[in-house]
Amino acid sequence: MTTVSMTVNGKQVSAEVAPNTLLVQFIRENLRLTGTHVGCDTSQCGACTVHVDGDSVKSCTMLAVQADGAEVTTIEGLAQNGELHPMQAAFKENHGLQCGFCTPGMIMSAVDLVKRNPNPSEETIRTELEGNICRCTGYHNIVKSVKSASENMGG
Amino acid sequence: MTVENGIGASVRRKEDQRFITGNGHYLDDINRVGQTYGYFLRSPHAFAKINNIDLAAAKAAPGVVDIFTGADMVADGIGGLICGWGITSKDGSPHNAPPHNSMAVDAVRHVGDQVAFVIAETLQQAKDAAELIEVDYEVLTPVTNISKALAPGAPQIHEEAPGNLCYDWELGDKAAVDAAFANAAHISKIDLINNRLSPNPMEPRAALGEYDAGSEELTLHTTSQNPHVARLIMSAFLGIAPENKLRVIAPDVGGGFGSKIFVYAEETTTIWAARKINRPVKWTADRSEAFLTDAHGRDHVSHAELAMDNDGKILAFRVSTQANMGAYLSTFASAVPTYLYGTLLSGQYKIPSIYVEVKAGFTNTTAVDAYRGAGRPEATYVVERMMDTAARDLGMDPTEFRLKNFIQPDAYPYETPVIMTYDSGDYPLAMNMAKEMIDYNGFAARKAQSEANGKIRGIGTAAYIEACGIAPSAAVGSLGAGVGLWESAEVRFNPTGSVTVFTGSHSHGQGHETTFAQIIADKLGVPIESVEVVHGDTSKVPFGMGTYGSRSLAVGGSAIVKAVDKIVEKSKKIAAHLMEASVEDIEHEHGVFSVAGTDKQMTMGEIAFAAYVPHNYPADLEPGMAENAFYDPLNFTFPAGTHIAEVEIDPTTGVVDIVDWAAVDDFGNIINPMIVEGQVHGGVAQGIGQALLEGVVYDDESGQLITGSYMDYCMPRADDLPNFRITTTNTPCPSNPLGVKGCGEAGAIAAPAALMNAIVNALGKDIDMPATPEKIWRAINSN
Amino acid sequence: MYSFDYERPSGVNEAVSAIREDDKFLAGGQTLLPTLKLRLAQADKLIDLSGIAELKGISVSESEVSIGAMTRHVDVANSADVKSAIPALAYLASHIGDAQVRNRGTIGGSISNNDPAADYPAALVGLGATVHTNKRSISAEDFFVDLFETALEEDELVTKVTFPVPEKAGYAKFPNPASRFALTGVFVAQTAQGVRVAVTGAGPCVFRQTDMEAALSSNFSADAVSGIKTEASGLSADIHASADYRANLISVMAARAVQAAS
Repeated sequence: MTTVSMTVNGKQVSAEVAPNTLLVQFIRENLRLTGTHVGCDTSQCGACTVHVDGDSVKSCTMLAVQADGAEVTTIEGLAQNGELHPMQAAFKENHGLQCGFCTPGMIMSAVDLVKRNPNPSEETIRTELEGNICRCTGYHNIVKSVKSASENMGG
Repeated sequence: MTVENGIGASVRRKEDQRFITGNGHYLDDINRVGQTYGYFLRSPHAFAKINNIDLAAAKAAPGVVDIFTGADMVADGIGGLICGWGITSKDGSPHNAPPHNSMAVDAVRHVGDQVAFVIAETLQQAKDAAELIEVDYEVLTPVTNISKALAPGAPQIHEEAPGNLCYDWELGDKAAVDAAFANAAHISKIDLINNRLSPNPMEPRAALGEYDAGSEELTLHTTSQNPHVARLIMSAFLGIAPENKLRVIAPDVGGGFGSKIFVYAEETTTIWAARKINRPVKWTADRSEAFLTDAHGRDHVSHAELAMDNDGKILAFRVSTQANMGAYLSTFASAVPTYLYGTLLSGQYKIPSIYVEVKAGFTNTTAVDAYRGAGRPEATYVVERMMDTAARDLGMDPTEFRLKNFIQPDAYPYETPVIMTYDSGDYPLAMNMAKEMIDYNGFAARKAQSEANGKIRGIGTAAYIEACGIAPSAAVGSLGAGVGLWESAEVRFNPTGSVTVFTGSHSHGQGHETTFAQIIADKLGVPIESVEVVHGDTSKVPFGMGTYGSRSLAVGGSAIVKAVDKIVEKSKKIAAHLMEASVEDIEHEHGVFSVAGTDKQMTMGEIAFAAYVPHNYPADLEPGMAENAFYDPLNFTFPAGTHIAEVEIDPTTGVVDIVDWAAVDDFGNIINPMIVEGQVHGGVAQGIGQALLEGVVYDDESGQLITGSYMDYCMPRADDLPNFRITTTNTPCPSNPLGVKGCGEAGAIAAPAALMNAIVNALGKDIDMPATPEKIWRAINSN
Repeated sequence: MYSFDYERPSGVNEAVSAIREDDKFLAGGQTLLPTLKLRLAQADKLIDLSGIAELKGISVSESEVSIGAMTRHVDVANSADVKSAIPALAYLASHIGDAQVRNRGTIGGSISNNDPAADYPAALVGLGATVHTNKRSISAEDFFVDLFETALEEDELVTKVTFPVPEKAGYAKFPNPASRFALTGVFVAQTAQGVRVAVTGAGPCVFRQTDMEAALSSNFSADAVSGIKTEASGLSADIHASADYRANLISVMAARAVQAAS
């Protein structure tokens, strides 16, 4: 067992974990933040996407110990003071989700996408979302959501 | 008068708030005190006899609570999994349904078959222990391909199914078809493979079983589209617990597409084991297990022939299909290639006679069952590829050929030669609108432009029809269904005027919590925020048959309307009493009850309060305001439409670029257009996936699943898909009170045929799905 | 995952002296962790290299781009210096995996794994790069030995990769539709020492296409390579592509790489 400490959604957390504990396990099982999902075991679907030190990463492909000392943001930490992040609001407004399972990862990726590309074209959005799989929406409304959010985020 | 957030409004979804903030409750998010973790040891072989299973070392491993095998379940009197639809073969014999134990007893029949269930304090301990189980397998030669499995000399997978045959079924008038072919001026033929797919909802299946030794109640949380059906089967056929002692809860479910209809071995084993060890047991599939065990879809091999007269009028259609059932018969597997397939082979066309025969067989593969569209995409694919082939053979434009043969808008009700009665539609309208949308007439110029750029352009049409809201119960019963296909609802007013709607239609992405609330808002004038839709819990919802076959609104929504009608009827009596008028004089609109010819009126909220606080109340009326309804439809519904795809192919790589997609769908009346559009997007995306990207591949020799992860099974991603241009027409469905037809599967039904017709149009030759770049490149470079 | 120990040294020497036979170095982990998760591999100990500052960073001179082993793909893709010195290298890095993978994956991890469908090997061989380890410097062609095999010894660690700045270079990749790895990727570079064409994804290990190099030496244009065939025997074949198709893709991607070269 080893001690890990990190800041998750602005709160300092610390726990004893086995070294083979994945970051996603730490988030879901230790912190009981179950908005971050696991949809595959080969690092492709992106349902587990969170931000580590501001960058989107797949929390199923990172050990908790690798995040020691890091700032982690999960879907639960995106809304501020009860107000939805513009990306969350855009997904709701544009029907960018159906079953909702991929949605937290999709939103976390999209937030990072717009950070890197403040005014993304539709093509950029589609290519940059390569690491997130949605089975419900056909992506049409996800692309629309991201585009709309990017405009609201001052891009 | 229109109501805010009522029928026809694109209301933003009520359920979204919890999903976009990470507050949904999917199954793996739920945990119990004292919970253990289950892990299945699975067969590494496609086909093998089990001589012995040695659990000794594994049971002694750290953290192991217990380990069970199929023999333990049999010894406990637990029955096998069942298929709920009986198909009768040509010769009158019932289909072969070999035993299907939750865990293997004497043999394994596909890679991933359950061999043992290891329960430990942690998942890692369970996995570690599973590696210590020693299984003595006698490996046998497998067969995975349906044509090979049905051929003489194939390995025999089940003693109970000689020749691996499940059934040999037929529908239609063979003699009439043969006679029409004998006199036909033109005959067109086509051979098609409908590729096997893995449904891949993003949430993997999972189960959490609990036992309360005091009440002797079992509670199973499971990723199900129909918890009541799961309870019924587990109770009646497996004997896990009586229905009154078994509660099944399907919480937020992350997509299903058919694959979560079925009662699976993992769920039955988990709930059974929870009582055995008297502790909660949780099992969550990883994606690799999902590929191995979630029921697959499609996997047909078909030959079709169309007979036509000199003018290009269709005379007769005959189809012969082989359908792969996999290693075991899944819950509704038998119905998919028969009554959900053969009955749709008339498509949108006036075809005097049709004959179809289907041989279904067993192979050493994962079970095949309903996947988005279930039989109807297979039917549309055969019909619509056939129509393009026939038009090409006749030298006709494929849309003109279709328009010439469509059932006309004045022909309803129209009886097809394959036992369906279409109730409404306007097929030429949708076709002409779609052609207009995509500028069909301008295609030649666009093709020439592509050619100048070194690209090959193609355009393809699919005029699809589906039958949704599978019904009525008496009809499906006569065709072999083991269940009734009605739906139930309860509309319960609370004294303060808010409403709770209990529905048997489970929502796992379809937006029922919004759509159903819109019905209440519209009919009873209750603000949508004050309507709560409850689904997915057998101890809350009276009963339910679940969500599949685009039935939720047509059947489940109609049950709600029926309950609403009872509420209105009762409310009128209360209103009459309180306003001192006769019931006949009470008029109702959107939750306002008024006395005809006066300005006296009361709201639904006031009446509901009076019903719960009946101080001044009709003497002969029960207090309270909650009504139950069961609704059994009068007929199927028949959504239909035309999708046209336009593609540009890069001949150097064979890559297909979908440059345009025009869809015109007739779903009857629409409650929430935004949700309907989303359903079409998703359906088309899955159809494009089937046509271009997806396909389950087994190694022919070893029977190993090659496409066992997202490294090899190609899921459509954002950059694989175009934007879609979609619109609707509306011929209201006459057989249900909402006039709705269902929209969940249309895209997946229309898209493969439209896209493949576009590719075949571009290439000038036939090609099978998935049309991968290499296949297309080979087609271009072969003669 | 099986259990393992974990260590995060702060220096290269500390890292290489810590490693034992059944231990593994952990770089970005984007291949190693999925492999461990599926129990396809196991390790007694993971030695996490992320704490070693000297392994990170990019430096660019007129003649050379030097990239530390623990530099992430995203940092190479976004580096203004790399974009200006060898735009094709930045472009290649921007197309590895997906955004999340690029935020973790590193050049050292990628090349040490030598996945036959990885992108970086094409750039290293195409540009005639040198791999520097704690022990020596190895030419890219000598470094990539075979399928998942490199010249690295047990206790040898990649510290950086140096790329000579070419006159121009281009990369074109045909991704595997499912995994998005390179089904075939071709890196083309025109350098002072001549033209180099490196192919990844198509065979068990990155290789140079010398017929194309010869053709491009006299005429550096897409037309010069699009007609040059690669012998299919020896190329990889799987459910995604036959050897013939991969051979075709080499010609098509080579032409595109030449066209894109800058």
